[in-house]
This record gives sequence, C-alpha cells and structure tokens, in this order.
Amino acid sequence: MEKTVNQKAWFLVLPVFLIVAFSAILPLMTVVNYSVQDTFGNNQFFWNGVGWFKELLDPHTDLGERFLASVGRNLLFSAIILAIEVPLGIVVALSMPRQGWQVAACLVILALPLLIPWNVVGTIWQIFGRPDIGLLGYVLNRMGFNYNYVANDLDAWFTVIIMDVWHWTSLVALLCYAGLKSIPDAYYQAAQIDGASRWAVFKAIQLPKMNRVLLIAVLLRFMDSFMIYTEPFVVTGGGPGNSTTFVSIELVKIALGQFDLGKAAALSLVYNLIILIVCWLFYTVMTNAGADRPAKESVV
Amino acid sequence: MARIDLVDLAHSYSGNDAPPESFALKPVTMTWRQGGAYALLGPSGCGKTTLLNLISGIVTPSRGKILFDGADITQATTQKRNIAQVFQFPVIYDTMTVGQNLAFPLKNRGVPDADIVARVKQIADLLDLTPYLNRKATRLTADAKQKISLGRGLVRSDVAAVLFDEPLTVIDPELKWQLRSKLKALHRELDLTMIYVTHDQTEALTFADTVVVMHDGRVVQSGTPAELFDKPAHTFVGYFIGSPGMNIVAAQVNGREARIDGHTIALNRSYNGLSSQAKIEIGVRPEFVDIAAPAPGLLSANIERIDDLGRIRFARVRVGDARLAARVPAGFSPSGGTAGLVFDPAHVHVYADSLLVEGAA
Repeated sequence: MEKTVNQKAWFLVLPVFLIVAFSAILPLMTVVNYSVQDTFGNNQFFWNGVGWFKELLDPHTDLGERFLASVGRNLLFSAIILAIEVPLGIVVALSMPRQGWQVAACLVILALPLLIPWNVVGTIWQIFGRPDIGLLGYVLNRMGFNYNYVANDLDAWFTVIIMDVWHWTSLVALLCYAGLKSIPDAYYQAAQIDGASRWAVFKAIQLPKMNRVLLIAVLLRFMDSFMIYTEPFVVTGGGPGNSTTFVSIELVKIALGQFDLGKAAALSLVYNLIILIVCWLFYTVMTNAGADRPAKESVV
Repeated sequence: MARIDLVDLAHSYSGNDAPPESFALKPVTMTWRQGGAYALLGPSGCGKTTLLNLISGIVTPSRGKILFDGADITQATTQKRNIAQVFQFPVIYDTMTVGQNLAFPLKNRGVPDADIVARVKQIADLLDLTPYLNRKATRLTADAKQKISLGRGLVRSDVAAVLFDEPLTVIDPELKWQLRSKLKALHRELDLTMIYVTHDQTEALTFADTVVVMHDGRVVQSGTPAELFDKPAHTFVGYFIGSPGMNIVAAQVNGREARIDGHTIALNRSYNGLSSQAKIEIGVRPEFVDIAAPAPGLLSANIERIDDLGRIRFARVRVGDARLAARVPAGFSPSGGTAGLVFDPAHVHVYADSLLVEGAA
C-alpha cells in the first residue's frame, strides 16, 4: 500500500512545536548555556566547560558539599513524608464513608488543605508553631517539651514534616478513595463468602486494586516534596543553620543570593535529572511488581 | 451439608413497612434437601437473585426465617453461614496464583495445609485447571477466571450449599455446554447441595433435578423439568418454559368441554363449578396441537407463517384474536391460508386466574 504524503500536516504540528519551544526548549537551552559559562556581571561570560558540574559532584569543594548535603536532606525529607503520608492516606481512605451525605462532607474537608496556597500554609504553621503566641508551640512548651523550631534542628524538621503531612495527606487519601470506589461490590461479597478477615480483604482485594492510584500518589508526592521550597522557606528560612535547607532553597541562594548563574544552572540541571531518574525508578519498580513471577510459589 | 428451610421468607429493599405488592420477594416457604441440584428460573427482576442473597446472608430478610438443618441462621453473618457462592462475573484475587485463589476460602478457615493441597488438587483436576495452578490469575481469559470462581465455590467440602448466580453469563456458548455438564458431574461427585440461578431455561432444565420457577417475586412452581413441561401450575410457567411457549387461550369451560371461538374442544377431565368471576383460559403446548387440512369438526385457524426449526416445524396461526403455535406434522404441507387444529385432550389444561385447575376424573 502506498503511504499518503501530505506535507501540510507539518503546519498542524507547528503551533504546538512553537509553544513547546518557547515554554520549554528555549528556557532549558538558556540554562544549559549558563551552566557551561561563568559570569562576573555586566553580561560578560567566560567559557567554563563542565567545570561547574565537576565541582557540583565533588564533596570536597564548597559548592559540592552544599549541594550534596541538601540533596541528602531532601531525599530524607521525601522518604519520611512518603512513609507517613501513603499509609495514613490509605487508612483515611479506608475509613471514609461509602455513601450518604457524609461522603460529600468528607471530600470537602479533605480537599480544604489542598486549596490553600503554599506560602499561606507556611505562614499558618509559622505562627501555629511559635512558642510565644502559636497554639501548637505554646501548648507543647506548657506540656514540658522544649519546643522551638527556630533554635532546634529536630524541632524544625518536626514542624516541616507535620506541615507537609497536614497539607498533602488529603491528596493521597482522595486518590486512594477513588481507587477503592472502583472496586465492584461482588469482590467484597465474594470475600465475605470466602471467609476473609478484614486484613485479608485489604491485602487480597483493596491494596491490589489501589495499586495504580498509589503509584500516581507516590510519584506526585515524591516530585512535589523533592521540589519543596515555599513552605520551609516561610517557616524556617532553611534554618536553623542549614538544617532545613532543601535543594531548591540552596538553588535560590546560589542563583539569586550570590548571583552565581553558572553554578545555579548546573545545579538545576542535575536537580532535574535526579527527579527524572527517581521517578523512572519508582515507575519501573511499581509497574513490574504485579508481573508474573517464575512458577515457584507453592499453593499455600 | 444441610437441609435448608425457608419459612415465610420475604424481603423488600425499602423496608418491612413497604406495601406487600412491592416486595422484591413475596413470602415463600420451601425446603431444599441436602444433596439436591436446584435451579431458580425466572426473568430478570423476578427476585431470584434476592432469594439467593438472602440464603447466603449478603441481604438480611425483612421477614421470615432461614433454617439450616433446623438451626435458625437468619441473623448470622455470611462468614458464619457456611455457604459458598459464585457470582455472575468472575471475582479473582489479582495478586494470587490460581492455586492460591482456590486455597483462599480454606486458608481463611484455618484448614491444615496438607488438606488444602489435596483439596485444591482435586478441584483443579475436576475443572481442568491443574496446568495453571502456579500462574497468576490476572492474566487468564474470562472463562478461565470464571472457572476459578467456580472452583473457589466448590473447594470447601463442608458447605451447606453452593449458590450459583448466573455463573455462565460471561462464557462462550460452546464452553457453556461443557461447563454445565461439568457442574452436573461435580454435583454427583461432591454430594453438595447446589442452587443455580438463571434466566435461561435450557441451563435450568439440564442442570437441576428440581426447578423453581419465579415470577414477580413469587415462586410459581417447583418441580422436575418433566412436571414443568407437562403440567405447568401457572400460565407463566407454561409460557416461560418451552420454545415456543405454551398456547394460552381464553375459553369457556363447562364439564368436559372447552369452547373457543364458538368451537368445542374435548377435555380429558371434567371441570364443573369454575368461578364465574375468574378469568378462564386453556393452555396447551404447541407440541400437542397439530395442524391438518381444514375439515368440519376442527377449529379452523389462519396460518401466519411456518417456523422451520430443522427437526420440527411450527405453524404460527391465528384463531379470532388469539395467536397460537401448532406442530406441522412431517410430510404435511399446508395449502392455502387456513388449516384445522387437532388438540390432544390429555395435554389441554385449564387455568382459572392463571392458576392450574385440577379437573375431576
């Protein structure tokens, strides 16, 4: 069969190509351009090759040390909030009502934190946690805990994590709830007839059916938490010391604080790459989890 | 294994205070004996699935009692009832292998591992699932999945009954035959009480020893396939079972005679004292009405068309306003648009208000 050749089709693709070029490719290329040069202001640029990248990945330089430390902090932060938000979201979704007006009420309440702008969330918790006037901080201190997120590393982490859990567990819960709603009643009836316990129902029916939405939830939460900026910046400003300085905060310090465009550009490229790789890993691992395994499992 | 008694059992999805006519299941009292193969037959919405769900405990009845071997289990949960049920669409536990799926009901009840392995092997052999035992159940075809569902229903040897809710809906016609005869064989082999819900009369008649026909929330007749065919207790049974269904024609009945359209048909039994208020009809299966050349003394009918079913031909005829089906005897070719109808008096039944009237000898 002869293929129809129609060059006019290119014109239909062109608008999309232009939009993508201006919104993604050109800005990205600018960053790539900066990342291989050094500047001392006045729009004077000097070729630096892969110098910034070498420095970035070498923990013995100042830049490398700061970058790798912030990546470590950020990975730890993402791991902690995923470990809390995913199980908690599942539990919330499981305990939500299935029908009646309560469903709508629950959905609205759950959606509320998601609708609050990031910096407002930060401000809420910044005030909420203050030992002098904040409800949380004041109560904790009256209870005998020496809680002060401005002075104590651990307290700062505690605040930032609780804030993220408060802000984003709803998202996981809503996604899981959607997954649960899609399970036909026959599955629950069959499980009843098969004498399955509550735990067995969860393991054999609910969790496998939530697989897909959980994958999406984990990906979204990982990307978001790895890119987190506004909330910790408003609450702790990255402190005390550097203890809550996550990668994006470090990036802003270098790019806008020190105006080191080359270093910042190199950092943002590597930053981007890390997110892509981790998401790809998550996706491959979780989509292969349900695949056929070699036939070695016994019947019981 | 148990005898199941339904005592005055009724259910309404809108509560006990709903008007009696709106009940999904109107009061029914009946007994299912241990080891029987039963079919619940009726059109969609006749209450057969409701009855099944009442027995399995998925639905709690508005009224009445359910007894297993004399013990009242009306309020017991499904888990405690010792019932197995197979649903219309396959239910598969995605993360498990075929073998684990089959073992699941036994594992949940704490059966020793050795017994589980033996029983799973037996059921897998019976259902031809042995080659798949170690495969993930998600990747299989719909009918293999439904076989697994069937297997999970049959795997427990101690169940009071196995309930099937139209289990062959998703199966290809050819496989349907195989699976149905398989079920029949399993019933003989495993000595389980089986209750099979369907709207397909062939399925019901081939599977069950006793067919329970339901209509509009009521059990209208319960009997062997032959009884349902020969002596339908309700015009609905006559019409619903058989293909084509029974001819039901309004008639005046007096003594041993029925009059249709001014013509007299002889009856085998005598019917006196029928209520004058009741709607009187006679019912006769097309198999027991032959068409013949028009002749005096025969009820004359207009032929509308002839259906050739291969083995047998049925003529669709019209008598006055009534439409009937009648057998075309082999070798007879109707000429012209009219024919005479020859009734077999032994198979002409009389119905008053849709219910069979037993005549006097």
